[in-house]
Amino acid sequence: MSPVRYIIGFCLSLALTIVAYVIAVYYPEHQWALALLGLLAVTQLAVQLTYFLHLGEEVGPRLKQLSFLFMAAILMIIIIGSVWIMSNLNERMMHFTPDEKTNYMLKEYDKGF
Amino acid sequence: MSEAATEQKQLLKRTSIGFWLYLMTDCLLFASLFATYVVMRDATAGGPSGIDIFEMPLVLAETIILLTSSLACGLALVALATKNMRQLLVTLSLTFMLGAAFLVIEISEFAKLIGEGYGPQASGFLSAFFTLVGTHGAHVFIGLLWLAILFATFIRRGITDKLTRQLTLFGLFWHFLDLIWIFVFTVVYLMEVVT
Repeated sequence: MSPVRYIIGFCLSLALTIVAYVIAVYYPEHQWALALLGLLAVTQLAVQLTYFLHLGEEVGPRLKQLSFLFMAAILMIIIIGSVWIMSNLNERMMHFTPDEKTNYMLKEYDKGF
Repeated sequence: MSEAATEQKQLLKRTSIGFWLYLMTDCLLFASLFATYVVMRDATAGGPSGIDIFEMPLVLAETIILLTSSLACGLALVALATKNMRQLLVTLSLTFMLGAAFLVIEISEFAKLIGEGYGPQASGFLSAFFTLVGTHGAHVFIGLLWLAILFATFIRRGITDKLTRQLTLFGLFWHFLDLIWIFVFTVVYLMEVVT
């Protein structure tokens, strides 16, 4: 085990953090800003998984990698699913005033299930 | 390698896989909190939105402090493997102090917001914000307690097989918290400034 790996990981993470900060604070209007921030975060995830958590160095059955990938799949379903459903609901309901919304829901309720 | 050493290695591998599975379930806890935050981000109920209340330089400082703490923890694991007592002592203290500094900044940020009347009850956005960032902070707090206990054991008994195992698991936990923070930093703070 050598400290070099940790120092490389640290320097890369620090650089990625600072680039992300500069983009967000100094160029918030740029059309690619949001996509770039996402990309930088995912890159830093990969850097830290490799250099700090040593993912991918397992010998024998790769239980850590497998469980990580399974977790990542569930995580995407939770996050993308929630955002999708909630923004869709928002779009369908937002043109109502609060009273209209109540009446609409009462009407739907009276129809029964 | 002697039989006892091989057995220790096997045991370490088994325990670290078990702990890794816990970390994966913890990731899912954070996933649901992140999903909630993203959905609630615009539900400010006439109160402030993120851009009005976040102090970006302070958040950058927190990020760098936690990252450095993660590095110190990695160096502690190296010192543990090479049985370098002095280096282990220094790096573990550094990990603890940086972690504590992170927590102090976070708590002062929370205290300031609550003092201004922007506590978790003020809006859906603030509830989600306090829950997400607070859960991460609670993890850091528990990590610090754990580290303090390991530190005391190290001072009393030196490097034992048990301590080696526990410090390895602590290392996983601490690096994992830094990973989660990257996403808190990006999704909660940076993306708020952009959108």
